[in-house]
Amino acid sequence: MSTEAGGVVGFDFDSGWRLHPQVSVRPERFGALLYHFGTRRLSFVKTPMLLRVVQLLDTQRSARTACVAAGVEVAQLPAYRRALATLAASSMICERAA
Amino acid sequence: MTATVGPLIEEFALGLDAPICLTWELTYACNLACVHCLSSSGRRDPRELSTAECKAVIDELERMQVFYVNIGGGEPTVRADFWELLDYATEHHVGVKFSTNGVKITPEVAARLAASDYVDVQISLDGATEEVNDAVRGSGSYDTALRAMRNLRDVGFGQFKISVVMTRHNVGQLDEFKAIADSFGAQLRITRLRPSGRGADVWDELHPTADQQRELYDWLLAHGEDVLTGDSFFHLAGYGDSLPGLNLCGAGRVVCLIDPVGDVYACPFAIHDQVLAGNVRAPGGFASVWRDSELFTDLRRPQSGGACTSCSAFDACRGGCMAAKFFTGLPLDGPDPECVKGHGAAALAAVDAAAAPRPSLDHSHRGRPVPVTIGRRPDRACDENPLAGLQLS
Repeated sequence: MSTEAGGVVGFDFDSGWRLHPQVSVRPERFGALLYHFGTRRLSFVKTPMLLRVVQLLDTQRSARTACVAAGVEVAQLPAYRRALATLAASSMICERAA
Repeated sequence: MTATVGPLIEEFALGLDAPICLTWELTYACNLACVHCLSSSGRRDPRELSTAECKAVIDELERMQVFYVNIGGGEPTVRADFWELLDYATEHHVGVKFSTNGVKITPEVAARLAASDYVDVQISLDGATEEVNDAVRGSGSYDTALRAMRNLRDVGFGQFKISVVMTRHNVGQLDEFKAIADSFGAQLRITRLRPSGRGADVWDELHPTADQQRELYDWLLAHGEDVLTGDSFFHLAGYGDSLPGLNLCGAGRVVCLIDPVGDVYACPFAIHDQVLAGNVRAPGGFASVWRDSELFTDLRRPQSGGACTSCSAFDACRGGCMAAKFFTGLPLDGPDPECVKGHGAAALAAVDAAAAPRPSLDHSHRGRPVPVTIGRRPDRACDENPLAGLQLS
């Protein structure tokens, strides 16, 4: 259920991240739906901006640079960090091997 | 990105371009004859979709990015092409959860199922004891289900589901069901008895009493995180604390039903002409029914809460379940028949039960008398509201 902010602890914003290979992304008006075929959990991405960030993860050096590349303003970085931490906590995204 | 569920619920209420998941009943054929069968299954319908037609539907679902289908029936595994369709769906990125009474889950089949990441299995069991189960599902059905569970466990399938329809006779067995699930490394899933299909005939005698509803609610509050409910008890949210899930009727908005002959209904629990939106065989196929049918368009308009609007619990339960109201003859904008505030009981007393809509189709076995002590088919698949277990990111 709602995992609110928690989970920032242990989430490395400066590591490289990627969408989990078992996760399917469906863009929607509000952002996107994510479905993880391994855990059989559904999540949603609440803004189109966060979807852009997720889509850029694999091409960027770190989650932080993915946010910047997507156009996230500096003041919004903590909120996006929390959102990504939540996705990481439910294995929707995973750390890339260094 | 966190919080503010409200606007998203509104998004869902207005409908999505494609369902998140849908229930697909592959056949009306069933080896059992459960007394509460939602789809009045038993005999195959000669108009059922062919293998090629089923594959065409799967192709469409892939294009629409439907994540998974909940396959049921009838007993879906009695279709000779069931395993072929299962493979076809998963090869085309459409995950499958299927509901079965276990009749075809041999050790060989279990091993095959365990090899796929994209298949989930739900074994129906409506009593923690043979006596309670077989009274509803028929003689021998308890043993069949348990054998299937052993086979799945023995091949290391992982966490399959044990799916229970809650009745007056098994609410008291919740702890025992949980123990059975735990002993198999399975997950317990409990859903609501609906007065749909043959369920309409037994609803009065089988639906949980008011006291049992409270017992069920308290049990869910205590065990909610471990137990799936398909979000099917949202009418109980009127007691106060909301249960996990988004408490939204997704009919025609985020879920729907495709029946064995390709008819598309708004609600997985209501096979009736009044909620029939179209057929997948028509030009434009399923996508056109989903996106353009008059019925679905209408369901996606803001709904009136009718008589319930003034109730303090309305925001929690939103008037309850459409199918439960429909098949008990209650107005759709009034209280749920099992309204925890008691408004349903009062409303029921005021309607003529004989005038309640009857299911439009009946594929029950002929000549097999309905046992006096209850006995018929499995609950079907998409009791699972796709929003259950939703995470906010």
